Amino acid sequence: MSRYRDDSRAIERLVEPDRVHRDVYTSQEVFELEMERLWSRTWIYVGHASQIPNTGDFITVDIAAKPVIMVRHTDGSIRVLMNRCAHKGTKVVSDFAGNAGKTFRCPYHAWTYRLDGTLLNIPLKDGYSGTRLEPQGLPVVKNVETYRGFVFARLAEEGIGFREYFGDSLSSIDFLADRSPEGELELVGGCLRYLHNCNWKMFVENLNDTMHPMIAHAGSAGIAKKLWEEMQKGREGKPADLPKPMAIEQFVPFVSDYDFFDQMGVRVYPHGHSFSGVNFSIHSAYSTIPEYEAAMKRSYGEERAQQILGTVRHNTVYYPSLTIKGAIQSIRVARPLAADKTVLESYTFRLKGAPEALLQRTITYNRLINSPMSVVGHDDLHCYRAIQEGLAAQGNDWVNLHRNFDAGEVDAAEVTANGTSDISMRNQFRAWREFMVEK
Amino acid sequence: MSAPTDAELARFVRHEARLIDEKRFDEWYALFTDDAHYWVPAVHGQKSPLTENSLAYEDKLLLQLRLERLRSPLAYSQKPSSRCLHVLQEPDIEQRDDAKGEFLTRTPFMYTETKGGDSQRYAATAWHTLVWQDNRLRIKLKRVDILNCDAALPSIQLFL
Repeated sequence: MSRYRDDSRAIERLVEPDRVHRDVYTSQEVFELEMERLWSRTWIYVGHASQIPNTGDFITVDIAAKPVIMVRHTDGSIRVLMNRCAHKGTKVVSDFAGNAGKTFRCPYHAWTYRLDGTLLNIPLKDGYSGTRLEPQGLPVVKNVETYRGFVFARLAEEGIGFREYFGDSLSSIDFLADRSPEGELELVGGCLRYLHNCNWKMFVENLNDTMHPMIAHAGSAGIAKKLWEEMQKGREGKPADLPKPMAIEQFVPFVSDYDFFDQMGVRVYPHGHSFSGVNFSIHSAYSTIPEYEAAMKRSYGEERAQQILGTVRHNTVYYPSLTIKGAIQSIRVARPLAADKTVLESYTFRLKGAPEALLQRTITYNRLINSPMSVVGHDDLHCYRAIQEGLAAQGNDWVNLHRNFDAGEVDAAEVTANGTSDISMRNQFRAWREFMVEK
Repeated sequence: MSAPTDAELARFVRHEARLIDEKRFDEWYALFTDDAHYWVPAVHGQKSPLTENSLAYEDKLLLQLRLERLRSPLAYSQKPSSRCLHVLQEPDIEQRDDAKGEFLTRTPFMYTETKGGDSQRYAATAWHTLVWQDNRLRIKLKRVDILNCDAALPSIQLFL
């Protein structure tokens, strides 16, 4: 039974300025409408240009729960095509990545397509003469934008423009790319795929939820902190302190106190985007790599290099699909599959022109935090799943987002608030409502 | 020093899996050399744990952290706690260097990990690099190649 499809008022009622109805997380109908509306009308992250450097290179991913191919065309441009044969609907390409040569060839009946999706050939074509078949290619996603290598697509033919959608939030991508002395990123090291048996929004909301780390991660990062303190016992004041292991350096700040996360600050932008770590973040105290800093100063000059390296934003959410961590050059991508099923993909970047130590640092971080075997990941997913199960309870249909709510924020374009505010979540749901409700 | 026989190497590998299954983690931890690693690559044929993403690449400090976590009341993802079972094929002795006291074994196995009503199963191959140290065998590197390591996997909380 359809409760929401034909009732915009019912969708609107799910989101109030400071709380949301549980159906936004649990209803499969709402999920399907999210894919058709929110995820089709907004700009969704597809992949990174450096994954397909040569003509014919492709990757396959699902965006808005639809299979697509991102391919490098013969003219050097990046095309996004639906991964669906015009004949029987067969998914034409099944590999995660590869090189197609000059054409895509369907494995079932050998219908072939050029790299821009246009139909090249059908075997025994004469058999179609006089029929109603109108030759068509792989459906083309027309609205594709590449920003400093990050490729986004909007599935809806008409809608909000790329710049208008992301606005000044794009500065986080700039600060990430500018961390390369050459201003360029290369996606390397493969992908970690983590299956989450929860709604995609629990993950996206958690990115700038700074009231959870000191609690949820007490049994992981908190233990790292305890182990490090024990290792240092009796060594105070000695000249040769133990070198701090990279894992300790990366884990321990997760269990900073409330004051730390509050002072960190959070900034929200129109259309659901946000970042925390306006003033500093859990990445601020990483040990310096002198060779890298020297390379940055040579490329950008003292002042700009300091500005880039001093910008250590925590998580930036490019609502709804992409989250980035510029200071540690890793990104996570949400690929929703069902109301209670999401795949998270985590990727790492090489900063062109930077020493390999930077690559090793992001690889370590990604493994420690984002892997299906990550203890921090286990903490988070346990809580997300517990929400998914807890929301089946009766007696309270609402999920609260009240913390530091200020009625004035509702119509403001850009707001900077204290770090432990729920404002980033409220801001996401304002965008959710904007794109979910039929006008 | 007397080098271990092939049968002793195989027995050691079986014993190691049993210690995990029985959660005798202090004994298990003591099997590793100080500079040991436990490595679970994220793709087949992965060359480097340092410059490519792995599912796990743990030194002894990180293993210690995991073991402390499994004992901690604050690890909510262990409520209820996970259980696992390794079903091993007889280990093959791939390389022996008696002079150096270093050995490589290959052990295909099936692994099941359960937590409450959830159950996951993996087919995998364990590669043990073992060294003869202080008159006993120790693990220098345990690499586990999961057959579907590149799939989207749920939380794996114990040790393959």
